[in-house]
Amino acid sequence: MSSEAGKRSAADPGPCQELAERMLSLAMRAGADGAEVLVRDGAELEVKLRMDEPELVKEAGSRGLGLRVLKDERVAVTYTSDFAPDAMRAFAAESVALSGLAEPDPLAALPDREEMARTIPDLDLWDESVLSLDVAEAMRWCRVGEAAARKFDMRVTNSDGASFGRGIGASAFASSAGFSGAYRGSHVSFIVEPVCDDADGKKRNGYHFTSSRSVDGLQAAESVGIEAARRTVAKLGARKLDTCQVPAVFTPEVGRSLLGRFAGVISGGAVWRKSTYLAEREGTQVASPLVTIVDDPLLPRAPGSRPYDGEGLAARPNVVVSEGVLRTFLCDVYAGRKLGRKSTGSAGRGLGGGPHVSTSNFILRPGRASAEEIARLDRGLLVTELMGFGFNPVTGDFSQGAGGFWIEKGERAFAVSEITIAVNFDDLWKGVDAIASDLDTRSSVQCPTFRVAKVTVAGT
Amino acid sequence: MTGSCLPDAPYPYPATPLDAIEARTAERLLGVALSSGGDHADLFFQYRSGGDIAFEEGRVRTVSRAVVLGLGVRVVRGDASGYAYTEELSDARMLDAARTAGQVASQGGGRSPLALRAAALPSFYPIAELAQERPGEDKVALLRRADAAARAFDSRIVRVEAGFAEGWSDVLVATSNGVLARDRQPMVRFGISVVAEERGKRQSGRSGTAKRRGLELFSEFGATPEDHGREAARLAVAMLHAEEAPAGPMEVVLAAGESGILLHEAVGHGLEADFNRKGTSNYSGQIGRQVASPRCTVVDDATVTNARGSINVDDEGIPGGRNVLIENGILVGYMHDRISSHHFGVKPSGNGRRESFRHPPLPRMTNTILLAGNEDPRDIVASVGRGVYAKRFSGGQVNISNGDFVFALTESYLIENGKLGAPLRGVNLIGNGPEVLRNVTMVGHDFQLSDGTWTCGKDGQSVPVGVGTPTVKIKQITVGGTRTP
Repeated sequence: MSSEAGKRSAADPGPCQELAERMLSLAMRAGADGAEVLVRDGAELEVKLRMDEPELVKEAGSRGLGLRVLKDERVAVTYTSDFAPDAMRAFAAESVALSGLAEPDPLAALPDREEMARTIPDLDLWDESVLSLDVAEAMRWCRVGEAAARKFDMRVTNSDGASFGRGIGASAFASSAGFSGAYRGSHVSFIVEPVCDDADGKKRNGYHFTSSRSVDGLQAAESVGIEAARRTVAKLGARKLDTCQVPAVFTPEVGRSLLGRFAGVISGGAVWRKSTYLAEREGTQVASPLVTIVDDPLLPRAPGSRPYDGEGLAARPNVVVSEGVLRTFLCDVYAGRKLGRKSTGSAGRGLGGGPHVSTSNFILRPGRASAEEIARLDRGLLVTELMGFGFNPVTGDFSQGAGGFWIEKGERAFAVSEITIAVNFDDLWKGVDAIASDLDTRSSVQCPTFRVAKVTVAGT
Repeated sequence: MTGSCLPDAPYPYPATPLDAIEARTAERLLGVALSSGGDHADLFFQYRSGGDIAFEEGRVRTVSRAVVLGLGVRVVRGDASGYAYTEELSDARMLDAARTAGQVASQGGGRSPLALRAAALPSFYPIAELAQERPGEDKVALLRRADAAARAFDSRIVRVEAGFAEGWSDVLVATSNGVLARDRQPMVRFGISVVAEERGKRQSGRSGTAKRRGLELFSEFGATPEDHGREAARLAVAMLHAEEAPAGPMEVVLAAGESGILLHEAVGHGLEADFNRKGTSNYSGQIGRQVASPRCTVVDDATVTNARGSINVDDEGIPGGRNVLIENGILVGYMHDRISSHHFGVKPSGNGRRESFRHPPLPRMTNTILLAGNEDPRDIVASVGRGVYAKRFSGGQVNISNGDFVFALTESYLIENGKLGAPLRGVNLIGNGPEVLRNVTMVGHDFQLSDGTWTCGKDGQSVPVGVGTPTVKIKQITVGGTRTP
């Protein structure tokens, strides 16, 4: 490899698409009945600063290829980062040979030709401006953000630092079912994480972050730092609660983790595997009438947008829950066939594995009230933190560590930590009795503040 | 231990592209990395080959294979690191990576690296044969056996999914202080998950193992595919009649083995020295102090034969070791990487680990265990009036800053009047690390290292780890059920 090749510009969709098409034809020539190829080429920059000293500067580019081949209804999935012509040829042949170990599955075929996407919409996911941001500028962001947090309140005594991250990437996909496409995207994010000392030696940590497809879309470093400090200081004096059953209000940050788990239980893959409590519930009430959830891959500039899905099907918005009624499970081609229906265009695809059901921008539709209004409880819990893995999708049993604020007579009375909240997911979503207007669009799972009528709090 | 049938000679691993890396190439790259200053530089070459087989609905659904090759270069100046990596081991790309990593130091006039000398390493994971060298059919046979055993266990088992994964990593570490260390790190993993159904009610159960072994693992007592198939089925069926768990503080008995996850979360992370260097751990500045009940001695042990978390050498070239962290309740040491050991002026402990060549090393755990005490585990259960017996876990999490941790139980039972009662539905426990360790009132003599597939995540990096404990009684932990008193 010459040094010219070493300088190839990152995130260029053209060469990725050529590689994908070349591997596709090699796989077909090696005897595959069908094949699909994903190529990704990206570069990352990560800069961290702590207590005003640089901590990490990480910069690298990475390129890889994932191949799925089908032969005699058998499937193999392989990965390589070696793009030398001989290596690519050998890789194609080995992948086809590997499929011999799998067993025939008539449903494991590529999508039908007429299902494939015909156009690739421009979703404005790329912003050239992120490239102009260098290490020194990223470090300046960190310095300003952390300093703002430490200056905001004397009680901010320590810091987990500030980090700036930038990623650019091109993605190309080619399928023998009749698709070849490519696109690119950019992403920048910035986070500040202050630490405070509490009484009896405990420390309290918090964070605030901003993220966008473009540098212009970021909240300013200083205000991120101030908000991070404000959130951290608010946790001082946190204590446990008595065990009780109360209404709970979930902020967008924690609501997002609940909504993300909901995405798992409406996945067609979980349905045919009987590993979701909603397996037989399509068309029925699974949430309160206030709840409408959509999965929309076509939102311009959004974090989870994609112009086509992981099998080359046209991306399309799906209404998953409408006024509490479960309208559809999300399916890729295989899950669709298992359930006797078409794909909803919801396949995701990574370099290391085959297609699987994956959400794009998964959104709980906001309501009209303000977050403050719906948190104005006579007695209840505002949840700002969730911890752990206590969720069983088969039964819907949910039990996790939590932190936040106790609310009394409409006001935040004190900070709360080291409690758990438990509620069955079915009761949780059916118990939603208020949704605020403050939709948080920073991530691909997007949630406003919402309230649930009753959860069990375990504390002292 | 007797009856070992392992060969005396080291296992002849297959050739990899790392065979072609010469010491003088590494020395030259280290020189370039340090050319604009910096105190230390290291190179991490990695070749990883792995594959897995997914078995579902009675047939092999997918076969996967991946080979990864790359180099990570790090330059350290004070507490700061510059890091870059490349997937192409051409001179041009490797030099680029070395220069990019060197950006962090800009003083000029760097030091030159010492000549490299190959380090002698221990051998904590002898294998009979690399799983990858066996025909695929042998592995498919393991999956079929587990599937059949699970289905035969009970007619209520309606779904079985099983998976086999194998991989090995060839790593070569070269450092500017002259260490050249090469290690081959094998791993096999086997897992099965089932769904049981009865009158519309469903429950799931899983079982599995992962070790630095070859296929010989699966013919050992308690580790056969049938054992895992039956265990997953037993769990799913038992849970069909599980009751709502109580809510509130209770006495809790942790069963031997998997309960080590509590230790991992409650104290392990807090003793990783990066948090202590920064003063952001609740154990910062506590060396020499009583931080746990005198019954507790906690060790991080990378030397356990064939264990999932064992390492012959860490990812900074320091041999893996056995480090006592808490001795009879007194905090005696942290787990270090190079940066933190330099900061504290102590010897590196061999805990500098990374997920891959794409990641800079951090202080990480290996196998973190609580040593055995002398109580009979039966007496421990019998001593509880009303409490929870915690047997199996799906995972945990900790907030390093204040020590609050959670862990999720997948199998637990109510204890009433010293006897195990009804199984409880999945429930979360929450506590505070230092508080829980002070509340340890009994420690059993039945230490077990969990053979489960534990993977620890930190700063976006995953590494394989081991956990283990004897049976332990804790005076009080908050049980996060739905049934209020």
